[in-house]
Amino acid sequence: MAEVIIESKQLDLFYGYFQALKKINLQFETNQIAALIGPSGCGKSTFLRCLNRMNDLVDGVKIDGEVLYEKQDIYAPNTNLVELRKQIGMVFQQPNPFPFSVYDNVAFGLRLAGVKDKKLLDEKVEKSLRQAAVWEEVKDKLHTNALSFSGGQQQRICIARVLAVSPKIILLDEPTSALDPISSAKIEETLINLKKEYTIIMVTHNLAQASRISDKTVFFMDGQVVEAAATKKMFLNPEKTATADYLAGKFG
Amino acid sequence: MDNKLKQQLHTKSKTAKYEQRGKLASIMMLVLIMVVVLGIIGFILIKGTSMFFNDKIKISDFLFSTFWNPGGKTPTGNPAVGALPMIVGSFSVTLLAALVATPFAVGTAIYMTELSSKRGAGVLQVVTELLVGIPSVVYGFIGLTVVVPAVRHLFGGSGFGILAGTIVLFVMILPTIVSMTVDALKSVPNHYRQASLALGATQWQTIWKVVLRSASPGILTAVVFGMARAFGEALAVQMVIGNAALMPHNLVSPSATLTSVLTAGMGNTVMGSLQNNALWSLALLLLLMSLFFNLLIHLIGRKGAFKK
Repeated sequence: MAEVIIESKQLDLFYGYFQALKKINLQFETNQIAALIGPSGCGKSTFLRCLNRMNDLVDGVKIDGEVLYEKQDIYAPNTNLVELRKQIGMVFQQPNPFPFSVYDNVAFGLRLAGVKDKKLLDEKVEKSLRQAAVWEEVKDKLHTNALSFSGGQQQRICIARVLAVSPKIILLDEPTSALDPISSAKIEETLINLKKEYTIIMVTHNLAQASRISDKTVFFMDGQVVEAAATKKMFLNPEKTATADYLAGKFG
Repeated sequence: MDNKLKQQLHTKSKTAKYEQRGKLASIMMLVLIMVVVLGIIGFILIKGTSMFFNDKIKISDFLFSTFWNPGGKTPTGNPAVGALPMIVGSFSVTLLAALVATPFAVGTAIYMTELSSKRGAGVLQVVTELLVGIPSVVYGFIGLTVVVPAVRHLFGGSGFGILAGTIVLFVMILPTIVSMTVDALKSVPNHYRQASLALGATQWQTIWKVVLRSASPGILTAVVFGMARAFGEALAVQMVIGNAALMPHNLVSPSATLTSVLTAGMGNTVMGSLQNNALWSLALLLLLMSLFFNLLIHLIGRKGAFKK
């Protein structure tokens, strides 16, 4: 068993009076891909956003419980959000490159960190784009506006942008749901290659995708974790009937 | 049965007639407006060029000479219709006012969209709208009684001049630039901000490096709009600039703008005289400038529209 890199303990989350997450206890190990699945509105994206505190941006959110990243509670009052988000990066559902050039997009995080050395930036940008498996497609157009590429390419540019700041964990919120199957397949391939160096937690609506690429699957329903297990085990032999019904397509 | 259907299908219904009438009414309104607009432009064109055709004055004498005394002669014996002092005056107050107003406007807009609570933004919104609503003669009056003496006190001279004009115009164009910059900042999709924060940017870095940069075409448009307003403003400027059609030596020497000379002079000339035609040429120049500003705004808009 690999070591646990991030875990939640008794995590509750309220949007005003609505409780979106109820006593979530989950552990994620290094160099694995974990898939969070479940019907719409079940809280899986909300949970993902707890892991790098993106929920802080929503008005009226209240969070109880703990999220331990490398044994440190990230909800401790003196937490440095900037540092936290550098170590736990996020890729969103809609490809959202900035309306700048590909190069400026990928170099964004590095420049924030004060990197000015042109050579170092060049190297990092190339390495990140290669890791995100989009280098071959953009290498001659590094100074073209990132928005002029296809959705799939944009999403991989976004992944490269996150990789450039060398995070430990990459959170992905339905990264392929806005993309066509071919682009999705490329992203899946990218993710499998990335898990050698990173820990990946992704929300997906696509059950086949979860079964193809994830090591661990967590099934959310109504703000609770119904079942969390190794992907193979869950898809072949789920413990709960709700899980079995969801995987069989009876609801959701 | 067949006949009845045929009749139904081939006669115009009441609603179809209404539709035709509606279209007709709308087109008639449009034609009327077009006639008025084209009429105005045509009139200004004819009047504004008559000085060059009828009075045989060279365009270069109009644009580049510094002597303005229509009907009179320059020391070298050329007709004194040089608009250069006013052109310089107009551009100086416009550019300076825009230069001073832009940082204030962008700062205010950032506060309103990115930093303040909804309530604070609402209050500021009301304040900027109020500033828009104050008539320009009131601005001019305040300029005359407060700004001009203050400038006189601080920098010497009479107090009338480009500096006083700049200060008054700064306040006048500020709300225009603020409200349009607010729109530009609001149109920056929220996911840019989220992406930036998720990459470990602070809020200020996000505003500075992502929001402002993404909104820069919109902000530029706002500034050009402000400049167009400053360039065309007549009354308030006329009250504080000193109305001396001389090349400005410095920011506190009395000078004039195209609009101020126009407002000051139009009551005192006889239609068709050279003095009158020279003023029309100034009007034509103003029209061309506003056309130029419009063109600029369209160009920026086309280049900077958010692609979706």
